[in-house]
Amino acid sequence: MTTADIEKQVIEIVREQLDVKPEDCTLDKIFTDDLGADSLAIVELVLAFEEHFEIKIPDEEVENIKTVGDAVNYIRARRKA
Amino acid sequence: MSGHEATPQARALPPSLALTGRVALVTGASRGIGRAIARVLAQRGATVAVNYAAREDAARELCDEIVGEGGAARPFGFDVADAAAVEAGVQKIVAELGGLHILVNNAGISIDALLMRAAPADFQRVLDVNLKGAFFCAKAAARHLLKAKADGRIINISSVIGEQGNAGQAMYAAAKAGLLGLTRSLAREFASRGVTVNAVTPGFFETDMTAASVHGDAREALLKQIPLGRIGRPEEVAEAVATWPRRPPPTSRGKSSRSTAACACETPLCAACDPSGEGTTL
Repeated sequence: MTTADIEKQVIEIVREQLDVKPEDCTLDKIFTDDLGADSLAIVELVLAFEEHFEIKIPDEEVENIKTVGDAVNYIRARRKA
Repeated sequence: MSGHEATPQARALPPSLALTGRVALVTGASRGIGRAIARVLAQRGATVAVNYAAREDAARELCDEIVGEGGAARPFGFDVADAAAVEAGVQKIVAELGGLHILVNNAGISIDALLMRAAPADFQRVLDVNLKGAFFCAKAAARHLLKAKADGRIINISSVIGEQGNAGQAMYAAAKAGLLGLTRSLAREFASRGVTVNAVTPGFFETDMTAASVHGDAREALLKQIPLGRIGRPEEVAEAVATWPRRPPPTSRGKSSRSTAACACETPLCAACDPSGEGTTL
């Protein structure tokens, strides 16, 4: 899976889970401040990432995933590992 | 699938009461109050997942009855006290029935003993089924209920014993009181999505459980305390339970009718009963 593939799929999941417009869902957007995600939405998002990409994201690492770009980078690194 | 078409009974209901297009899981539905709840939800048009732990024959018979009446129901066997089995069971329900909107945590057991005679293993089993079972089912169902947003419901069947206690039922009372704490917390956790969480605290109803624990003089003494002078029928609790999933979400909390039904929430403006917080409809 290329970085572009991961990016596309992450954005699709974020759009669906947080119910945001495609043009608003760019890599620099912060889930909480920019996209209106509350703590429950973050958990739903993480579960969706875990399921889709078949990875486990520990709670302590969730705290470091603040933007859409952070999620893409994290998933790319984990899928290579 | 057939469950998404209105049943004859559902067509006769006012639209606000009909549950057409919604999938309900009722745990411990092979007999007693759970069986009655499954029937009423099916009559209102919901597709019902009839969960059972051991009584497969009774669960199948109930599903046949519901289908015979024009409703939709399928049996799903799993032990609610087994977290992995619950997870797999809920996944199967969602895959086969197309979603999950209403969870009724009804599965329960009562092992009665005076404290000094109560065995630790019995207490563990009572907690596992009555309290941890509801927790596991809510956890497994949560994602699907949140996806259902304002159609999402959890209804926990507690007991009047969980509120007032009863000599000889400390284990059961502790578990049922715990269920009320679970209800209040999940109500707050899910309120922002319009998913409501309520508890019903039934008094005594004509079930196998009541027959086993209340007989002889105890039954006579109990009847004297009940204004109607009789033990309730499971259908009566079921009717109360079936009012919670209606659209729009219920705004009344029914505290006064505690013996048959009550929201477990004690906050003045209950976000669980009324997601708008103002008594208006969504």
